[in-house]
Amino acid sequence: MVGKPDRTVVGLAIAFVVFVSAGFFLPSWAVSLVIVSLARGLVALGLLVQFRAGLVSFGQALFFGVGGYAVGLASVKLRVTDVVLLLLVGAAAATVLGAALGFLMRRYREIFFAMLSLAFSMLFYGLLVKTETLGSTDGFNIATPTLFGSRFSAPITRTLLHALTVTVAAGTAAGVHWYLGTTLGRLATALRDNEVRVEYLGYSAARAIHGQYILGAALAGGAGALTAMAVGHIDPSMAYWTTSGELVFVTILSGTGSVFAPFLGSLVFGLIQTFALQYASQIWQMLLGAALLLIILFFPGGLWSSFERRRVQA
Amino acid sequence: MTEPAVPVLEVRELTKLFGQVVAAHDLDVTIVGEEVVSIIGANGAGKTTFVNMITGYARPTSGAIRFRGQNLVGLGPRAITRLGVCRSFQVPQVFSTMTVLENLLIAHGLAHSDRGSVLDALVTPDRLDACDALLHTYQIDAYRDRPAAIVPQGVRKLVDIAMATVREAALLFLDEPTSGISSEEKFAIMDIVMSALTQRKTTVVFIEHDIDIVKRYGTRVLAFHEGRILADGAPVDVLTDPRVRAHVTGRVGRA
Repeated sequence: MVGKPDRTVVGLAIAFVVFVSAGFFLPSWAVSLVIVSLARGLVALGLLVQFRAGLVSFGQALFFGVGGYAVGLASVKLRVTDVVLLLLVGAAAATVLGAALGFLMRRYREIFFAMLSLAFSMLFYGLLVKTETLGSTDGFNIATPTLFGSRFSAPITRTLLHALTVTVAAGTAAGVHWYLGTTLGRLATALRDNEVRVEYLGYSAARAIHGQYILGAALAGGAGALTAMAVGHIDPSMAYWTTSGELVFVTILSGTGSVFAPFLGSLVFGLIQTFALQYASQIWQMLLGAALLLIILFFPGGLWSSFERRRVQA
Repeated sequence: MTEPAVPVLEVRELTKLFGQVVAAHDLDVTIVGEEVVSIIGANGAGKTTFVNMITGYARPTSGAIRFRGQNLVGLGPRAITRLGVCRSFQVPQVFSTMTVLENLLIAHGLAHSDRGSVLDALVTPDRLDACDALLHTYQIDAYRDRPAAIVPQGVRKLVDIAMATVREAALLFLDEPTSGISSEEKFAIMDIVMSALTQRKTTVVFIEHDIDIVKRYGTRVLAFHEGRILADGAPVDVLTDPRVRAHVTGRVGRA
């Protein structure tokens, strides 16, 4: 095992190079699609860890929205424009909130965990809608971010954001891949199977779940920040329950077999959404539903399991 | 090393009430050294309640529990496990979707979690060797890569016990290690467990219904009846005690 390069890490490195290069050639709509999809994949990556522990957060849009609004506030109120700094602000705000809420979340499981996370996200949504200074339901625009103090034209900014998103996605995926190989990472499955045994092995199930919750919050916050900067606008729908549902949808669509899965699933989701909206705008949600139905019927382990099945046969 | 011996386990006036039901009444037990203590008693006599109170699963209504002089009352399972008191369960508590090997790897990873090493890789060559050795000791190598959910009950029992022993506990409780196992296999399983444990300096307390097992492996017997300890002593003495014969072994014999 030692000395042999990890296939996932190699795969991530290749994907990183391919995606960064593609940013220079793809049409602008595709670059935007990739940014938004990879960001959504980041949230799904956090959900993947929770899924493995048998927990479904049905309110991950809370942290997605907090990441977005933290960027908006830092940009408008504090005049922060640096793209990397804004990303960190978004992730940090969500991490702090996740750490605090985690003390309550760690006490709940199953449907209660899902519903409580939903409740928190709806509280935040309600708060945003009622707050006139934050633009209420309309939200507000975010100034074009800068890099190293320079402001670039829109296409270059988009390419930069794309490169940043690909870097964050690949780096985070590598980090989560490492985490999933540690005792703590593999503990997720053990927690789903039997918390009593975990406690009687001397480790706190609640603490492990809290850690996973914070990780999920941080990833969702970073993703919200990237999305806000890419779109140039934030509004309360970022934190709405349908956004949470979409994120859970993508996680199921993707499967939990690999850190690649959430990004693949999210890209497929983004493509279906884009084309379905364009060519069948009346029934695009029906098409998404049909896609999920087919995935669940034929690949109960998510899209990623189609790769694994082939590998086993080969 | 001639300090006055601190008992491994000291239980004083331990009482547990479930509403009007007295599950434990003024229990007093002292275990000094490396003994193999078996607990006998009819169903509902308070055996598992006794073990549950010591291992932090149930909180006593009153009384004291000290492990090597340290109070255990009020501590949870996790804290008690970390002090060196471990247990297995009547119904094996394993990670059913994980393989037998993964079960042991998790146990191994968490046993050394005190210093933040939960962020070490779960599978390292050292850990694999240690877990394979454990599988060999418990003679369950053949089931190494099978999910714990689909191995025979006897194997699952051994996985549960093996997981409880990874931490090298000073005091180990086995709740009915041979229940649900056919009588032909009982001795084989107990032989495996006891030979694995006597290589260590572990005090073992096990709950058992089979009197032949008690006679063969126990150095001391605690006989429970209606939340009280009827008799406490060498197997020969306890098992011939008329009250024990009337209330405990008689029932077991008829069952």
